[in-house]
Amino acid sequence: MNLKAIALGLTVSLMSSGAYAACAFENDVPISSLSAGFEAWKSVTDAMAECGNFEAELDQEFRTKQPAAFAANPSLYDIGGVSNGTVTPLLNEGTIRPLDDLIAAHAPDIPDNLKIKIDGQTMAIAMMINTQHMMYRKDVLDEVGLSAPTTWEEVLTASAAIQEADLVDYPLGATMKSGWNLAQEFVNMYSGYGGAFYNDDSTPSVNNDAGVQALEMMKALTAYMDPEYLVSDSTYVQQQFQQGKIAMANLWASRGGAMDDEAESQVVGKVYAAAAPYATAGQPPATTMWWDGMVIAKNISDAEAEAAIKLIAEGLDTEMVTAANDDAIWLVEGYKPSRLAEGAIATVTADPAPASYPSTSQMGLMHTALGNELPAFFTGERDAAATLAAVEAAYITSAKEAGILN
Amino acid sequence: MKFKTFAAFVGPSIFLMLLFIAAPLASVFVQSFQSTQPVLERVEVETCTPGFPTQTCTTEVKTRPLLDASGKIQTTTEWVGLESYANVLQLDRVGQALADGAPGRILTIDFWKALRFTLTLTLVTLPLVIGLGLALALAVNNATKRLRGQIIFVSLLPFIITPVIGALSIRWLFIGDGIMTAALEGWLDRDISMFAQGWTIELLMNFYRVWHVAPFAFVILYAGLQTVNQDTLESAIIDGASRFERLRYVIVPHLMPLIVFIALIHLMDCYRAFEEVVGFSSQAHRITLQWLTFDLLTPDDSGNRSISRASASAMLTMIGIVILLVPLLRRTWRDHRGA
Repeated sequence: MNLKAIALGLTVSLMSSGAYAACAFENDVPISSLSAGFEAWKSVTDAMAECGNFEAELDQEFRTKQPAAFAANPSLYDIGGVSNGTVTPLLNEGTIRPLDDLIAAHAPDIPDNLKIKIDGQTMAIAMMINTQHMMYRKDVLDEVGLSAPTTWEEVLTASAAIQEADLVDYPLGATMKSGWNLAQEFVNMYSGYGGAFYNDDSTPSVNNDAGVQALEMMKALTAYMDPEYLVSDSTYVQQQFQQGKIAMANLWASRGGAMDDEAESQVVGKVYAAAAPYATAGQPPATTMWWDGMVIAKNISDAEAEAAIKLIAEGLDTEMVTAANDDAIWLVEGYKPSRLAEGAIATVTADPAPASYPSTSQMGLMHTALGNELPAFFTGERDAAATLAAVEAAYITSAKEAGILN
Repeated sequence: MKFKTFAAFVGPSIFLMLLFIAAPLASVFVQSFQSTQPVLERVEVETCTPGFPTQTCTTEVKTRPLLDASGKIQTTTEWVGLESYANVLQLDRVGQALADGAPGRILTIDFWKALRFTLTLTLVTLPLVIGLGLALALAVNNATKRLRGQIIFVSLLPFIITPVIGALSIRWLFIGDGIMTAALEGWLDRDISMFAQGWTIELLMNFYRVWHVAPFAFVILYAGLQTVNQDTLESAIIDGASRFERLRYVIVPHLMPLIVFIALIHLMDCYRAFEEVVGFSSQAHRITLQWLTFDLLTPDDSGNRSISRASASAMLTMIGIVILLVPLLRRTWRDHRGA
């Protein structure tokens, strides 16, 4: 009886994977990839694997592994999943190849909008955009008679009202885990106040009014958060949402789909998304724009590169998008924005639109300095101005070591 | 033993120690006095990224490294003396804090913050580990023979578990509404957030360290207990020594060399504590010296890493361990010569 059930299950799964394996060509060159591990990457790499001989490594620590892996000769991976934040070391070290000839010869259908061009050469193929935007529980806000907040001041008001009504454990969630996440929250808020991170001569410029305002606003928001916010990353906030513990969060668009995942979420259909809130009038929404996409290593044979571009084209086809529509804000043809994508699209089309995350060597150093020095402000060891001074000092030390400052 | 036989036995391990311990150490030592920088150029770069509905192109001046003929980044290496050490120690800020009469500010500097926590972690857990280990060893030694095997097995479990996993499981018990936090909240009837402030995390980290290392002390001391001279013990009983007096004057002096050995290993191990910070994600509140080195070595999104400072930090950690070990090593040396 049991054996029979297992055999039946196996047959069904084999049949379904057979039916799913709708690939335009059969891949006979072994190809591997290294990318981040969120849902969208899973969908794309699964679609690529249908062609056979393809091995995908999904790892959230990809950003630290990728530069060294691609610098090897031959490269340890053929395809890399990158974002605008992580492509810089690959470009700087020249370990990825221009794709124009490959696209012209083997994948002419890739639309121009997806080509990431550096000085006219296509260096990466984008597949989706990502941004942090306001996700909120519509039912909770309805209960207190408010609409989705459009500014951070309104977020504070709404949080106070929700706390007053005692509808959820904590009105707000935020990805403020010390290190990269906390720095990213500051980058968003500071951009919203119109701040610039460094001057033309690479000297830092965060110790100013915009910086202090951004920190004060973030501190005010933490009053409505789980007190353990300094260990809370994207997955933690996503779970808080799914378990109905929080009502609002400025969270990654790529996490939206999980809200309607019936297997995990207790709030299916209740979470809506709006544009990222404004920090101050006349500036773009307080967020940054990101794209995720794929690159091909330089240190591999031409045959492998050819197979890689064909696989990429296969992974980014309409069939994949139809099957995984809600996993991301896809740039691929055939994407139908769902309820949870409205916020990201409203953010992108805001006027003025938020800037792309500035991926430069200086910004990398600044991001690290922010991630290491900001926690002291939130634990109350330092005030805002002293913290920003410490950020600048840390930046200068590492910039000198990196040779960017003299 | 003939010297040739001796050399044949010891040779391979000396070779491996030179290769995997001495050589990296020498290279880190050299790198801590050097600074290797890429040769940079500033160029105007046009970047086109996807947008709705068409691409947006921006032109900006970017700093990027120059590549040589073989496609590698060109670098220059200079001797910088003690600059990397100065960058880690930040003695000017320490001096400033002392001059301002605010010595607490020293602890906002990464190195001193890490040193403070690493030292307290090491010194607070040391007596606890030895005490708990000895208590366990005595308890097992006095338990009936039939139960000993099972008790030893259970007491050894924390030592067998991979350190990071052990730290993570304690974290999961306490984070958010974890089982233990929920139980404590029910018991004390108040809201508890173990991960919201530094001292509670520090408490958990100390607890984890003792939980993880005490079994090691237990095994060593239990073995030692088997060698206690029974005649001496019996004469002590006849002389009317109480249980405590037997422990104080017979057993502990007999175990002293082992206790020193455990202390040595514990100081070395604990001073390079790392798993705690990762397992408890305590970076915002508490960091250790080893974690500081790791953090300096981790490349950021643009691929920058501070190898010189990381080397300096690693060397400082080693110097710290040596200083901690000196008193114990001198004691062992004295005993050795006395014998």
